[in-house]
Amino acid sequence: MSDQPGTNKINKQADLLVVNHLKKYFPVKTGVLKRVSGHLLAVDDVSFSVKSGETLGLVGESGCGKTTIGRTILRLTEPTAGSVNFDGKEVFDLKGDALKALRRDMQIIFQDPYASLDPRLRIGNSVMEGLEIHKIGNKQDRYQMAVDMLKKVGLEDYHSRRYPHEFSGGQRQRIGIARALTLKPRFIVCDEPVSALDVSIQSQVLNILKDLQDEFGLTYLFIAHNLGVVEHISNRVAVMYLGKMVELADRDELFRSPLHPYTQALMSAIPIPNPKLKRERIILKGDVPSPLNPPTGCRFHPRCPIAVAECALKEPPFVEKKPGHSVACWLA
Amino acid sequence: MSVTPATQTRDTILEVKNLKTYFFTEDGVVKAVDGVDFSVKAGEVLGLVGESGCGKSVSSFSILRLVGVPGKIVEGEIFFEGQDILKLSKDEMVKMRGDRISMIFQQPQSSLNPVFRVGEQVAEVLELHKGIKKKEAWARAVELLTLVGIPDPKKKAYAYPHELSGGQAQRVIIAMALALSPKLLIADEPTTALDVTIQAQILDLINELREKTDTAVILITHDLGIIAETADRVAVMYAGEIVEFANVEPIFEKPLHPYTQGLIGSIPVLGNVVARLEVIPGLVPNLIDLPPGCRFEPRCLLRQKYGLEVCARREPELVEVTKNHKVRCWLYTDSDEHSAPLKVE
Ligand SMILES: Nc1ncnc2c1ncn2[C@@H]1O[C@H](COP(=O)(O)OP(=O)(O)O)[C@@H](O)[C@H]1O
Ligand code: SF4
Ligand SMILES: [Mg+2]
Repeated sequence: MSDQPGTNKINKQADLLVVNHLKKYFPVKTGVLKRVSGHLLAVDDVSFSVKSGETLGLVGESGCGKTTIGRTILRLTEPTAGSVNFDGKEVFDLKGDALKALRRDMQIIFQDPYASLDPRLRIGNSVMEGLEIHKIGNKQDRYQMAVDMLKKVGLEDYHSRRYPHEFSGGQRQRIGIARALTLKPRFIVCDEPVSALDVSIQSQVLNILKDLQDEFGLTYLFIAHNLGVVEHISNRVAVMYLGKMVELADRDELFRSPLHPYTQALMSAIPIPNPKLKRERIILKGDVPSPLNPPTGCRFHPRCPIAVAECALKEPPFVEKKPGHSVACWLA
Repeated sequence: MSVTPATQTRDTILEVKNLKTYFFTEDGVVKAVDGVDFSVKAGEVLGLVGESGCGKSVSSFSILRLVGVPGKIVEGEIFFEGQDILKLSKDEMVKMRGDRISMIFQQPQSSLNPVFRVGEQVAEVLELHKGIKKKEAWARAVELLTLVGIPDPKKKAYAYPHELSGGQAQRVIIAMALALSPKLLIADEPTTALDVTIQAQILDLINELREKTDTAVILITHDLGIIAETADRVAVMYAGEIVEFANVEPIFEKPLHPYTQGLIGSIPVLGNVVARLEVIPGLVPNLIDLPPGCRFEPRCLLRQKYGLEVCARREPELVEVTKNHKVRCWLYTDSDEHSAPLKVE
């Protein structure tokens, strides 16, 4: 079904990462005494897996919990409940050296590469930082590895001696990628890596990410709000709404036959660069509700164009409706 | 400034001629807008598209005369309904901005006054520009908030801007525009800060506004999808200049300029998966230190393909190569040192 070579191979491959019933609630403090007055349900009982060598796209609007999932998997944020298994290891149980070893295997690329680069460090030194922390090679080896990695993302030798402010947004993103890759990780969370870039630069970075995946056999969790980008890069795609996963399927299956009304609305809302295409657009009413006080039942029901009475009362379970295609909707 | 109906069916309401807006910085002169010509007809949507820094916003700021130090309009004329905007007094310009030209920016909160209730702000517009009495203005403001789809408008009229979501704030701005029925609305990345489902609502609203009031819209965006779905005519900008100008269909079906072609090829289009996206190599030029010839020359793959020498030496002009389709590129225009390798029927 897919025009992406290797998709079939990936489908048969083992899960590298398994996320089970993951929850992350942020306490909300109010008043002068800063008492905890409630919880923000950033991620609320989410389960999925990522296969070795695949790209799992994670889409949804701002605040739906995408970034929090990525950060919790990497233990940059501690979970409220649930488990993450990476290559047989329980990530939330790891401590000390075992946790340090895991950090070599799992890396992250951010939306704003500038914020993640130390402005006082030359790029070469920034890129080799991880190698230093993990005491890999001697100083000279490390510098050489950093320069090699910079070349892989299309930068030159001399760039390693420059400072972050001397680079454009696209170049900084390449530096961020080089930096994430020096430790030869197996799994990378890409959190909106091209959202801040101009279109012509976006495609440069997307192509680099694909090339590196082929070369190093990387596994990506690719977070983005741009559906076109996600469709282009992913093997499978998961859709989130207000802390919940509402749909998950193979890329082509999801984009051809989306089952969840939110996924359908999201797709119809994307403007397509073809003026001849006249589409019927599903315009959702209202704003995205707050994760502080999410709606009862199905969280999408107040905006859902096909909701029935039941939707406001009972939360729909996330179930496999077709092989490999799961959805959380009473009517799907 | 109306054009004879025989040649064009609609009146031209805005005409920008050879506009140059420069910024005089410590590092040198930034030629942000460097000789831009375009016109807008009543009731149409003119799309202005290009990557960040290409001069879209400075063009719109120039039309509104909102360019501040160290920026300056150094050359050009801007005719709005026949009047040269650049010759108006400050007071006349303020009145023009309120009465006949409205604007929407990317950050709606920045166009609202943080210390006044949104209902007051809409009402004030009505009092100032339409001479409506205070009490009536408030009632009319609530009506307008209802019209643009603000939930619970009677209550929300008492809200302060920070209490609104980005989408709601953008609606309030549109309500103000509606209050004035302006001749021209300049919308600068009006949905860039919003989520897609909210973006769809706002674009819908802008379309409604235009149908109800026959307002012309200059829609500025980097999103080619929005352009394709909203604009009637399109100007593609690159490094301070318009490089291609045509009706929306030919821009997407037969883009002529190598930059436009590259831009269209580099977006991942929903429902149309390609193995590899096209890439425009390199970076946009520094506007202080522009290439001597065509500004796109250092990144242009077609120049290499056709072995054009002239591109590195001389700047092409924006030329109408086929009816209503202008392009700035030596591939389509002869010079005294080369003959154009491509012809357009
Ligand atoms: N450290 C934090 N404290 C409180 N709330 C947070 C924190 N980090 C994220 N959030 C909230 O969690 C929700 C989900 O955020 P996030 O994971 O960043 O979503 P996304 O990446 O989809 O934008 C949002 O409402 C956000 O404001
Ligand atoms: S003028 Fe030459 S360099 Fe410029 S876009 Fe045309 S072919 Fe390319
Ligand atoms: Mg995020």
